[in-house]
Amino acid sequence: MRTTYRWKKLLPNYLILTLFLVVVFLPVLGILLSAFKTQSEVIRGPFNLPETLRWSNFTNAWTAGRFSDYFKSSIIVTVAVVVVSVFFSILTGFAFGVLSFPLQSILYLLLLVGFMIPFEAVVIPLYHFMYRLGLTDTYWALILPQIGLSVSFGTLWMTGFFRSAPQELIDAAAIDGCSRWQMLWLILWPLAKPAVLTLVALIFMWTWNEFLLALVMVQKETLRTLPVGLAFFQGRYTADVPRLAAGSIIVAGPIVLVYFLFQRYFIRGLFGGAVKG
Amino acid sequence: MLGLSGEKGFSFLKAKGRRLVGRNQWPGDSRFKGWFYLFPGLAIYLIFVLYPIFETIRTSFYQWDGFSANRVFIGIENYRNLLADGQFFKAISHNLIFLVFYSLIPILIGITLASLIGRKPLPGMAFFRTGLFLPQVLSMVVVGVMWRWIYNPAFGPLNLFLRSVGLDLLARSWLGDFKLALPAVGIVGSWVQYGFCMVLFIAGMQKIPQMLYEAAELDGAGSFQQMLHITLPGLHAEFSVAFITTVVAALRVFDLVFVTTRGGPGDETLVAAFLIYRSAFQQNQIGYAAAVATVLTVIIFLISFFILELQAKEES
Repeated sequence: MRTTYRWKKLLPNYLILTLFLVVVFLPVLGILLSAFKTQSEVIRGPFNLPETLRWSNFTNAWTAGRFSDYFKSSIIVTVAVVVVSVFFSILTGFAFGVLSFPLQSILYLLLLVGFMIPFEAVVIPLYHFMYRLGLTDTYWALILPQIGLSVSFGTLWMTGFFRSAPQELIDAAAIDGCSRWQMLWLILWPLAKPAVLTLVALIFMWTWNEFLLALVMVQKETLRTLPVGLAFFQGRYTADVPRLAAGSIIVAGPIVLVYFLFQRYFIRGLFGGAVKG
Repeated sequence: MLGLSGEKGFSFLKAKGRRLVGRNQWPGDSRFKGWFYLFPGLAIYLIFVLYPIFETIRTSFYQWDGFSANRVFIGIENYRNLLADGQFFKAISHNLIFLVFYSLIPILIGITLASLIGRKPLPGMAFFRTGLFLPQVLSMVVVGVMWRWIYNPAFGPLNLFLRSVGLDLLARSWLGDFKLALPAVGIVGSWVQYGFCMVLFIAGMQKIPQMLYEAAELDGAGSFQQMLHITLPGLHAEFSVAFITTVVAALRVFDLVFVTTRGGPGDETLVAAFLIYRSAFQQNQIGYAAAVATVLTVIIFLISFFILELQAKEES
């Protein structure tokens, strides 16, 4: 009796949530189905099922549409940015959160400014700077600036974690004669894993989806990342929905997969990321 | 000293609870050793983020086409042009309209639904949360491709639907229409942001102590009053996250406009970031573009500082 009463009371809540969930999912479902259709099947209606699954849309995008090249670029850039900036952020976060050194406050403020800087603000001189160094049309032009920006946020994030680490633990380790380096990797690292995973999730997402920098820095087609590749692909095949849908799934697939696997860390990061200061 | 340990300065920059400066010194050891940990991250940040921002500001006082050696100092001429030529204000006004779609509508949807759903924990909420968050992780290019198809005048699902229910009159070229293109792109922003706001506020409401509501009920407060005096103040941290995230997103829109309309038709969906891109990389007016970038950055900074400061004050 009681449980049925409870379910009746909760039913409107589920209806509301379901309605808004459906609004999110219908466009995604439409693209998913279109990726397996022919153009004429697409025109018949968004949610009609395709007669056969046309995997050729994907192989088309992958080879003729050069998504294999874009995919390679995206992987190289994202892995490099995530690994390096997370490592650097752990070091800077440890420095600000645990150590004490001259000019600490001013340097912290200097880094804090960065997490509000949008790429639009720096992309113009950055392009000319990279051009003078001969680095435009290389992966370096995408990797180095994104590490710089990610380290700024990463420092704030990791400083927040290290500040909340138990002081008694730090004191005890220091008394036992731990060096700074041992303190970081032997004592604090095991505690840091959830915070680090959240940081990995956020930086992975931002780098994978980054658009403006990749658009500006790289003209060579083979070096384009997936989002830029898809944008130009759309310029060429404006109305060819099946191809565009297949391309979109190649771009979104990896990040959605990682999101489903590590959603806890993504959601925590997106909640906290905005005002972590 | 600025910031952290000082009495003055922005409250949100102050460390909470713990003394930072002077903490954990290794006896008989140089305090400068901390700089070794800082060096790699800080160096790359200074070279590729902080130095360029000063270069942007400096460039905004020059006239330059981007490739010739001829770079002319023209003082505030670029800023004067930007105030006079109309396209800058047009772009900024579109960003302000996007504030309604990116920020206001999602936050209103979020808070309304959160209050309808109430404070009781809901079994299976994790499932809905995962789904509602999904647009947040998608590339805006993918979102743009998706919605260009939905809005397609000939075979887009939106027009197909309108025709199938006999509303042929309403079917049109959504992204090609001078009046409708801007709201059509704006709606996409609402679609991306509302799930985030919903989940944020629902999670926030469940953290407010039940006792407060029971006490208010004893005092005879109605549900509207409870909303006004308990729920809304209890959600101030969530409001600040929601506002920062969505407002900054609205001011920075670029990918979506690039993919759906490229600022068109005419300049009806031109936004600040697209103006920067167009002036700098297509029209070779580097100085002018840098001036727009400087103004946009200042606006983003001011708004972020304002919201964070408000939030820090609220907490103390």
